[in-house]
Amino acid sequence: MNASAVAQLVPCWSCKGPVASRALFCSVCGAVQGPGAIDHFTRLGLRPTFEIDQDELERQYFGFQRRLHPDRFAAKSAKERALSQSQATALNEAYETLKDPLKRSAYLLSLLDHPVDLTACGTINDPVLLMEQMEKREAIAEADTPDAITRLSAEADTEVLACQCHISAAFAAGDLDEAAHLTIRLKYLVKLADEARTRKTRMTRAMR
Amino acid sequence: MSDGLVLLQLHEPGETPAPHENEKGAAVGIDLGTTNSVVAIAFEGSVEVLRGADGKALIPSVVHYGDDGSVVVGASAREAILDTPDHVVSSIKRLMGRGIEDVKALAGTMPYAVEPNPEGGMVRLRVAGKVLTPVEISADILRAIKARAEEALLGRHVARAVVTVPAYFDDAARTATKDAARLAEIEVLRLVNEPTAAALAYGLENSVEGLYAVYDLGGGTFDISILKMEKGVFQVKATGGDAVLGGDDIDHAVAEHFLAERAGGLGEQTITAGEAKQALMTARVAKECLTSRADGEWMIEVDGKPSRHALDKAALEALAAPFVDRTIDICRAVVEDSGIAVADIQGVVLVGGSTRMPLVRRRVAEFFGRPPLSDINPDEVVAVGAALQAEALTAGSDTLLLDVTPLSLGIETMGGIVEKVIPRNTPIPVAMAQEFTTYQDGQTAMSIHVVQGEREMVSQNRSLARFVLRGIPPMAAGAGRIRVSFQVDADGLLTVSAREMTTGTEANVAVKPSYGLSEDEMADMLRDSLVNARADMDQRLLTEAVVEARRSVLAVRSALGVDGDLLSADERKAVDAAVAAVEAACAGSDRDAVNVAVEDLEQATKAFAERRMDRGIRQALAGVSVDRLDDALGGE
Ligand SMILES: Nc1ncnc2c1ncn2[C@@H]1O[C@H](COP(=O)(O)OP(=O)(O)O)[C@@H](O)[C@H]1O
Ligand SMILES: [Mg+2]
Ligand SMILES: [Zn+2]
Repeated sequence: MNASAVAQLVPCWSCKGPVASRALFCSVCGAVQGPGAIDHFTRLGLRPTFEIDQDELERQYFGFQRRLHPDRFAAKSAKERALSQSQATALNEAYETLKDPLKRSAYLLSLLDHPVDLTACGTINDPVLLMEQMEKREAIAEADTPDAITRLSAEADTEVLACQCHISAAFAAGDLDEAAHLTIRLKYLVKLADEARTRKTRMTRAMR
Repeated sequence: MSDGLVLLQLHEPGETPAPHENEKGAAVGIDLGTTNSVVAIAFEGSVEVLRGADGKALIPSVVHYGDDGSVVVGASAREAILDTPDHVVSSIKRLMGRGIEDVKALAGTMPYAVEPNPEGGMVRLRVAGKVLTPVEISADILRAIKARAEEALLGRHVARAVVTVPAYFDDAARTATKDAARLAEIEVLRLVNEPTAAALAYGLENSVEGLYAVYDLGGGTFDISILKMEKGVFQVKATGGDAVLGGDDIDHAVAEHFLAERAGGLGEQTITAGEAKQALMTARVAKECLTSRADGEWMIEVDGKPSRHALDKAALEALAAPFVDRTIDICRAVVEDSGIAVADIQGVVLVGGSTRMPLVRRRVAEFFGRPPLSDINPDEVVAVGAALQAEALTAGSDTLLLDVTPLSLGIETMGGIVEKVIPRNTPIPVAMAQEFTTYQDGQTAMSIHVVQGEREMVSQNRSLARFVLRGIPPMAAGAGRIRVSFQVDADGLLTVSAREMTTGTEANVAVKPSYGLSEDEMADMLRDSLVNARADMDQRLLTEAVVEARRSVLAVRSALGVDGDLLSADERKAVDAAVAAVEAACAGSDRDAVNVAVEDLEQATKAFAERRMDRGIRQALAGVSVDRLDDALGGE
């Protein structure tokens, strides 16, 4: 080990002895530790890749929550209850981020020092994407039969899935510019699919 | 936890005390229902529903206030509705954390006598010459539940409970429930959502796995939750409902129908409060009868004037259909929200008395495409789940409940538009922050309005609280950045804190809960209701101090176990003495003595702690990795 290993040792808040900064529990006194500043993948014990196995994600999430959820600390001291709440909060944030392909992709890009800004709402800089979005939105708004909207909604869902595949391929090829570009595209496709689904629900309900 | 100043904490931090050891009495599960309440206790995984002398599990959530100051809860209170309607309160849960505008009139008559409150806030009722809040009335119900439990447990003290709430309860209603428990001297181990508690009971007893829906239609509330159940994990995927939709609404519709008939028959213009209450009771009897019968005739008699009312199943179903339709619409929205296909839902669990109605069963079966599971007692399953969770929290267990926020939380922005900070169906506990910038030069204050709900405009959502941040250093417009943090704990309760980011200033704030009780009001009520409020508080603080002290002793013992060789015999003696002093203090009842002994122990082990850190660093340098995977997962 080297100097960085030393930097990773911190005193346990409970027994004051050395504990790895990433440890969830002190190996000497057993006290739960704070969540620390680690990335979402590490927190859930996963490799930092875009492709993830949803079952494995849930398994890991459940496994960590089983140990760290506030329900496990109801009989413990106030400090331990507070730390467990922070741990469970951090796990939930990691789970919510990694579960969703759009959030996962954006998060992974930011980890790889290639951030995309998904909050910049409204403005689309890419003219091709802009044109495509406008046309599709119009088609959804104008669909006037349940059949038409059902078809458009299915198409939108397919495009979302296709875009996710392309993102996966871009990450696999190490093409982060392309991954970033596709992630922005995915954001709009998801929005479109949501709109189509909402309109579909409204129309089928009106028919009943 | 939070980095800023806590602005809105509907509970003071020290108020959720540590659950204590068994000497603190039994821990029960309480289903505090709109219509009926149930209490149960679990021991090693098997549950006993605690029954009254009459052998019944259900305690009607009805309170009678006598002119002599007596308070009676349950079946006899319900019977008193006929003789002294203005002394009886029922369905008070509908008004928890609600305002005057939420009180529903029946044929132009208020079923409650509402006390005007120019300041707004939580509604107040006038009953038997007293003015009472829904929190106090619920506390009276909880006291009766506690008494029933203590009697059934042969005098064992009951001081802790898991209390269930509708999943769709907003923050104000949850807080009001917790306040009521506090008034009744019951420590809430956890607020658990009713459908989640039902799923826990159902899932554990039948060891089911997969995706299930829980459809809970009681007297006053409707909840629908979709859960994934897997090897002791109960993960709520999505939830929805209506906190004021239930069998009561069907009773209202039938009562309105009866009253219209009566008014026509008797040629009357006005309806008295007595007539309204009696019509409601008759409507409910008729509705419940028609679950097992095709038709019938009922009589309403007030002031010696009788009227007869015939009703058959088809007519009842026509009156009930709009409400049942609403529940199905909500089911559809929640299923869609969860991103789960109806076909993937393996079963539907029915909870609540109103699911006995054939119309409800038919519509649920139709929507989910399968007959609902009814091999459970829909009246008791929520209390059973609560009891199991109470045992899990006090005695430990492997099951895990992962719940979500039922409603989005947000902040009012310019133009009365809501900016969502935490979306609905986010797993709890959760913390999220949003930054706001000042919009005027030299602006030193900012007012923040916290709302809950899904709509775009503030006016269409529920107001939770308003507060004003003061003491922002004057800056150019847009330069001041205020970070507002929302935190929702495992009870589903919200805490808001804020801080100005450029200067790190924590601002002064004034919080005004929209429909809650202020700390002052709570303090007054506690004083009024608890003779021993002071002693109670002291006891809680002492217990908290002792729990903390025992943790310190354990930590030192563990450290001595691994690194005891770092101390000389004399040093070791000093540490042992300090440990013994803490233990002695814990056996007593002086909180200050406990705290002092803990501080002394900390001093006595300071050098020891430093040597342990040194050794750790030396070992790390020598190549002993302390960052192994099992360390990370916990090496206890
Ligand atoms: N046999 C029945 N048929 C129809 N409705 C019933 C029947 N039994 C009870 N109910 C209704 O169930 C409601 C009470 O259900 P419950 O689950 O106890 O409510 P809550 O959870 O709100 O206390 C009441 O509206 C009552 O009229
Ligand atoms: Mg109920
Ligand atoms: Zn430790």
